[in-house]
Amino acid sequence: MRLETVLFGAVQALRLTAWRFPEFRARLGEHNAIVQLKLADDSVGRYIEFRDGKILTRPVIHPAPDVVIFFKDRRIALKLLAPKQDFLFRIDAMKNFKMGMLGPDELTVWVNEIVSLGQSSWWKQGEDIGGGVTRFTNNTNGGPVQVYVKDGKILRITPIDFTDKDPDTWAIQARGQEFRPPRRATAAPYAIASKSMVYANNRNLYPMKRVDFDPHGERNPQNRGKSGYERISWDEALTIVTDEFKRVKKECGPGAIAVSHGSHHLWGNVGYYLSAMQRFFNNVGFTRVHHNPDSWEGWYWGAQHHWGHSMRLGIGEVTGQVEDILKECEMMVFWSSDPEATNGCYAAYEGTVRRLWAKQLGIKFVHIDPYWNHTAALLKGKWIAPRPGTDPALAQAISYVWLTEELYDKKFVAERTTGFEEWAEYLAGRKDGVPKTPEWAEAETGVAARDIRALAREWGKRKTYLAAGGYGNGFGGACRTATGAQWARMMVMMMAMQGIGKPGVNFGNMQTGVPHDYSFWFPGYAEGGISGDLNFTGAAVNSYQRIPLILSMNPVKQVVPRLQLPEAIMEGKAQGFFTEPSCKEGQFIPYFYPAPGYSPIQILYKYGGAQIGTMPDSNRWARMYRSENLPFVVSQSIWFEGEAQFADIILPACTNFERTDVSEWCSAGGYGHQFFTQLNHRMVIMQHKCIEPLGESKSDYQIFLELSKRLGLGPVFSEGMTELDWVKRIFEGSDAADLISWKEFLKKGYVVVPPEKEKLRAPRAYAWFNEGRKKDIPEPHPLPGDYSGEWLEGLGTQSGKFEFIPNSLLKVDDPDRPALNRYERSWEGANTTELLGRFPLQLMSAHSRYSFHSMGDGKGSALNDIEDHRLLVDGHYYWRARISVEDARSRGIAQNDLIRLFNDRGSVVCAAQITSRVRPGIVHSYESSAVYKPVGEAGTSTDIGGCVNILTSNRSQGARSTSMGPNATLIQMEKWNPAMAEAAE
Amino acid sequence: MKKWNLIVDVEKCENCYNCFVATKDEHVGNDFPGYAAPQPEHGHEWIRLNTFERGEMPMAEANFMPTMCNHCDEPACMKLAQNGAVQKRPDGIVIIDPVRSKGQRAIVDACPYGAIFWNEELEIPQAWIFDAHLLDQGWTKPRAEQVCPTGAISSAKISDEDMAERVAQENLRVLKPELGTKPRIYYKNLHLTDSLFVGGTVVDSKTDDCVEGAEIRLLKGEAEIATTRSDCFGEFRVDGLPPDDAAYRLELSQGDRVTTHECRTSGSLYLGIIRL
Repeated sequence: MRLETVLFGAVQALRLTAWRFPEFRARLGEHNAIVQLKLADDSVGRYIEFRDGKILTRPVIHPAPDVVIFFKDRRIALKLLAPKQDFLFRIDAMKNFKMGMLGPDELTVWVNEIVSLGQSSWWKQGEDIGGGVTRFTNNTNGGPVQVYVKDGKILRITPIDFTDKDPDTWAIQARGQEFRPPRRATAAPYAIASKSMVYANNRNLYPMKRVDFDPHGERNPQNRGKSGYERISWDEALTIVTDEFKRVKKECGPGAIAVSHGSHHLWGNVGYYLSAMQRFFNNVGFTRVHHNPDSWEGWYWGAQHHWGHSMRLGIGEVTGQVEDILKECEMMVFWSSDPEATNGCYAAYEGTVRRLWAKQLGIKFVHIDPYWNHTAALLKGKWIAPRPGTDPALAQAISYVWLTEELYDKKFVAERTTGFEEWAEYLAGRKDGVPKTPEWAEAETGVAARDIRALAREWGKRKTYLAAGGYGNGFGGACRTATGAQWARMMVMMMAMQGIGKPGVNFGNMQTGVPHDYSFWFPGYAEGGISGDLNFTGAAVNSYQRIPLILSMNPVKQVVPRLQLPEAIMEGKAQGFFTEPSCKEGQFIPYFYPAPGYSPIQILYKYGGAQIGTMPDSNRWARMYRSENLPFVVSQSIWFEGEAQFADIILPACTNFERTDVSEWCSAGGYGHQFFTQLNHRMVIMQHKCIEPLGESKSDYQIFLELSKRLGLGPVFSEGMTELDWVKRIFEGSDAADLISWKEFLKKGYVVVPPEKEKLRAPRAYAWFNEGRKKDIPEPHPLPGDYSGEWLEGLGTQSGKFEFIPNSLLKVDDPDRPALNRYERSWEGANTTELLGRFPLQLMSAHSRYSFHSMGDGKGSALNDIEDHRLLVDGHYYWRARISVEDARSRGIAQNDLIRLFNDRGSVVCAAQITSRVRPGIVHSYESSAVYKPVGEAGTSTDIGGCVNILTSNRSQGARSTSMGPNATLIQMEKWNPAMAEAAE
Repeated sequence: MKKWNLIVDVEKCENCYNCFVATKDEHVGNDFPGYAAPQPEHGHEWIRLNTFERGEMPMAEANFMPTMCNHCDEPACMKLAQNGAVQKRPDGIVIIDPVRSKGQRAIVDACPYGAIFWNEELEIPQAWIFDAHLLDQGWTKPRAEQVCPTGAISSAKISDEDMAERVAQENLRVLKPELGTKPRIYYKNLHLTDSLFVGGTVVDSKTDDCVEGAEIRLLKGEAEIATTRSDCFGEFRVDGLPPDDAAYRLELSQGDRVTTHECRTSGSLYLGIIRL
């Protein structure tokens, strides 16, 4: 087709759309502008004049256009104007000036949107189910949902039940039965409660400025959290923010802007921190607040040195376990593993039905946890409750029994491992004179020697799965304590003694290893989204090839460890060690703040959900926010909660129900590679914009776009795309496009990935290693260069074998992580006698069950009404703390009494839940309150919000790691009454 | 005539609160004329989760039971209601009319299950409506069932005769049957909430090891109540005992070793270590 015809046709298409859709007509009327389309040499041209919502056009070069879109030649123009975009061609054209767009950002971005709407106005989203109700879909941290909308308001939010049109469901035949999961997607309470969060009474609905913050005068940082807010316009708010960006970059130099975000927040591939946020700030330049591997800790800093797996931060293979358990397993030992509470992160209750199958088959369950957790309550079984932090001693005593009673896999140990002799000598106590007997462990752990012996013998005789951590082969509260690395190391060392990989012997708790099609690809949230960032996302694995976009890169190399952000700002320096997934040695390399040549942080841009309650020694953060060293704080957040109260400017973001996005359920990517293994069905979800953003709130993407426009970065940020265009681009770059048409996907909102053919099912984890074959697990780990022998031969260790005494730790000679994993007591625990005198109770701050971190908590959500989550006392919803009958009695505490938990770091008021489910001496409370509400001075006074992390220590598990050990916390408690609050004020 | 029933399996309830949250999602901010006026944002528990802890460490249990309007066939609330405010539908569902019930606080007090809640703002009694408004639109199950991850909640639209058969086959029970209210909410494994267990750990008096396979006879007077064996941890548990203050005798044996143990139940009992 001739270019002249194409240009004319494009204008006609816009006119037709305007005639058909009033919303589109309204958008046309937003600006009066002349847009010139042309070849760069002016040989062909057509201008379009938008005037008062009308479209005028002439096939000539206009003398004074407002916006110019040029193409280098006819061939390029025709290719770029074709209905189906070749994105690689387009990127090349944009990057190499084969096309371009000139004009003010306000207009160029608008023109892009008009062009995009010319297409998308014709698309129908959601299903009309009658009665004026449209059913949309969306996706959350707690599962995909259908969203019923009437008159622009959310009516209800439900999980998704499949229809006959959805593909078949897999089944496994085992022990004479067939096991097939229900044809539906489960959902967690924080997903089902989403409507209450959307309409919560503490939504940030308008841009706000702290009343005594004047960017051109007194800033009064000391009043953050006190002084209140006034409503300002978006224009004013955005201008203040971008003026500050420009000011500090000019006055202080690169690195002055730091960006801090919570780990989790909303779900999606466009509006995610690793996507739109990363793209925007790469274009601005920012000091990265580097996250420690907070869910992995002991596995990352410890376990991976024995068996590799750096690319999953130390946790292992995830295929084949479900079938193997059903067919072979006789016993499952849950150790610091409560998947019914933690949902494997994003998997809702998908694993539950499979665990119930195991129960139905009569597989024995053992639960090692000082708390009779929710998984134990459901499955029942044997309860072993060690003192927190003493778990490595328990594990060593079990290993000792195996060693002395020859209940371990000698062949495997001889052929597939190194260093066992030295380890066996340690267990036997040949050097230190202390055999690690069950009696030795009883004194340490409080678990009877006979129980340890009975467990060790049963385990040694039966085909046993070790369910370590909520994922079954990773995570777990025991990895987030002073002895976390010791524990995670013990877990893998025990499985090495038992010959991991043979039938019925593996890691797992039915959470991983579903027989999915593991070759189907849709990007997980960590695969970079629209960030174009290859360095700090998982984009390089697949997105880079499949969904090409213009790469972005942060020119600022300064990094600050999140755990030391308060010290970095208040004291001006900090040191960290990297969370580096490419190899196990990356973690040994220190980095320093401030970095040479960079500015100290001047602006803290806080993005996403409340995180103050999730940070150890939380009061440090409150003090940081009020520091004179921090001239400007922005909070881009949905709710006025957590640390939003310390911002100078609040930019109101909307929820994912008010914007568009696309995602696969429970797919993380990056070091959460194949996280969808936990689901019963893989599902790709259209995240419809179900309702308009409430108040003046905007999507995160839109906020970043507005900021970009004020920095001249509008088209650089948007790449000429709208959020919906990005969604389509991601969809079309993925395998989902092979299963369902874009049109149908937009309407139906989800597609279920067919299960793998039975013959092609991914093999059992570690069978290859056990049997001495090359690796046949469908995962791109480890990197080719990380094998010592041939590619796919052996584990990612120096020897390629399982190393009881790891070579990598031998090389660094770290006193906190000796190569020989000897038992060292917790620095704050059952054996720190001086502290115990004052603070005799141990705080266990597990992941919350009814909220997802701080998502779902507070904010007037329906979850507040869950008595096991918060309790309403005198008009305030208090956080729950579970305490034993004995500890309550000795302190005169009755059920539901308010209690003050305290130590030298601070104090927090909770509502007591007296239970027989905790070991006496322990206080069990969740770590992720979204509410920080000091009764007096922020940063020092008692908190009634429930941030129990105020009590936890920020001490790293080792001086040469950046890790946390919040479960090593001693406290005292007492009854609390309001008079004490007044006294504190 | 097929009617709605709900079967709740206490053994499968894991206290996830999904049913509670879904009910709030359905009713907070939503008006369904003829069925239910909006539920207040906070405070009501149209479906309530109840916890029953039994025993103590290391033999503790936590069992859970959702309760809700029982949709009784002889509803106490209906008897007291004025103006036809409480209606029994032909499909078994009981509806408190949001208009006719205005001001009738007595309806709340009439419910022997505490399942009706007073809406202060609207001045009406409110309860879980079995999602009748959705079933009438063609939904095949109430939302509480849809969101339940374990299948602990399931509905059945069947004839009363078929339901009676199911009750007998599956040993289903209703709450407070003695009141004659004839609930349509049935419970499975209700013994986990209203019976006791007696358990202990059998330990070898010579080696101090756990004794696996010891035989335990539980006797009340001379009558044998149950027999069981200890597991590899030496643990045994006899469940389903009546919630009475009663004296029991245990006879424990393995091979030629025998011992006896006396106990008295005031709640579920973990007897601790019994040496054999």
